Amino acid sequence: MAPPTSSAITLNINGEKYTLSVDHRTTLLDALRERLDLTGTKKGCDQGQCGACTVLLDGRRAVACLQLAVSAEGREVTTIEGVAEGERLHPVQQAFLDLDGYQCGYCTPGQICSAVAVIEEHAAGWPSAVTGDIRPEAGPPPLTAEEIRERMSGNLCRCGAYVSIVQAVARAAAVEAGAEETGEAVA
Amino acid sequence: MREFGYQRASDVAGAVALLGADPDARFLGGGTNLVDLMKTGVERPSRLVDVRELPLDRIESTQDGGLRIGATVTNSDLAAHAEVRRRYPALVQAVLAGASGQLRNMATVGGNLLQRTRCGYFGDVTKPCNKRVPGSGCPAIEGDHRNHAILGASRHCVAVHPSDMGVALTAFDAVISYETTEGSGELPLCDFYLPVGDTPHLETALPPGALITGVTLPSAPVAARSRYRKVRERASYAFAIGSIAAALDVRDGVVSDVRLAFGAVASRPWRARAAERALTGARADGESFAAAADAELAAAEPLIHNGYKVTLMRNLVVAVLSELLEEASR
Repeated sequence: MAPPTSSAITLNINGEKYTLSVDHRTTLLDALRERLDLTGTKKGCDQGQCGACTVLLDGRRAVACLQLAVSAEGREVTTIEGVAEGERLHPVQQAFLDLDGYQCGYCTPGQICSAVAVIEEHAAGWPSAVTGDIRPEAGPPPLTAEEIRERMSGNLCRCGAYVSIVQAVARAAAVEAGAEETGEAVA
Repeated sequence: MREFGYQRASDVAGAVALLGADPDARFLGGGTNLVDLMKTGVERPSRLVDVRELPLDRIESTQDGGLRIGATVTNSDLAAHAEVRRRYPALVQAVLAGASGQLRNMATVGGNLLQRTRCGYFGDVTKPCNKRVPGSGCPAIEGDHRNHAILGASRHCVAVHPSDMGVALTAFDAVISYETTEGSGELPLCDFYLPVGDTPHLETALPPGALITGVTLPSAPVAARSRYRKVRERASYAFAIGSIAAALDVRDGVVSDVRLAFGAVASRPWRARAAERALTGARADGESFAAAADAELAAAEPLIHNGYKVTLMRNLVVAVLSELLEEASR
């Protein structure tokens, strides 16, 4: 007997529960945009190469285009709509606004979700491919422009707004770390 | 995309039972490769058994001083793990050189080993491909093969394995554990991938229906002085055109232990045993390193457009071993 090809699922998105029936082929990206009217998450390449659809799954960044909706049941999904605290923008959102971290804006929700996670990954001591000393004793490397560029390399911007994006991520990281510097110095 | 059934497994025995004998069913890990291939029609599973929540997400020390890595450990957690960073730095560097932060959060160790080649003909269902449709031909041999194999290929397939992680695991003699409905088993990574021959569609020695449950790294003191270097066409977020995992121990100017494995040159992560044999007991200097590289690459059979890889790999061997030597003498 052929197995059922759709399921009733409950998704936990930005702290709210949504119950819907999905064809198993539905990606989380399509469920968000086409079924739940959460269109902040953008579809770029739809094959995991551009990062426009980046969301947070259980607090970690992931591309929603390669995540099946049915497999996201039981996980905490945070989209760009859920990054701010009410009317108060997340420091990453504020920094992108203040420093013009975009041109057309299409990749921006993915850039911001990714940057939110980058700052947390760095604070947790995760090394990157450009980290010189990866021994745990070395601690987190300085969040230089080189580190930001490497850690953000999964988010493409076809307008090429990378210079401002790097500055915005640096400033947001500094703000979150409670530091005074603006972040421009490292970019 | 073909319609498919979906079930989530909560324990290993349940997962292998759910997959059963259905050759069209697939295990779903992070999905970063499988879901992509389903969208393009390369993979057309009838059912997915989701194994991401299996209790295989731990990294533990073994009694002999090695590590056992669960199959559902994500690439990110592997690369962030303190003991992996201390004992097998080349493995961490290899994982961090692969994909993007988003994909490393999703991707799993078990899935990494079973990911498919990124050969453009394999990924395009309108083209012939012996790996995808046995007997249909290999257009890469006469066509776009700039990033294809120079070692161990055949006239039936010249695709390369895309894993970075697997290259470091190969250098450190990793052993793959798996489970089937008949029981559990183990395969050394060096025997895990099958020779290409005239059956490029048969990629691993895993029994049908087997689920990878973990990877064991034996104790390897030499691995603490190891590194991974990846060459690619852009600075980040691209597959390798050539890569190397290397570890080196030198006593009194002589190579006492060495590990070398190459990536993006063959259908599997390529353990450079001829080079290791040439180096062990030899003087640790640039001349020996170059001779060892030549010993390994003597077997290379480049195609018209990928001969650069022979030079690239020779230079990588010399450069990375020289760096390790310099580091050791500090």
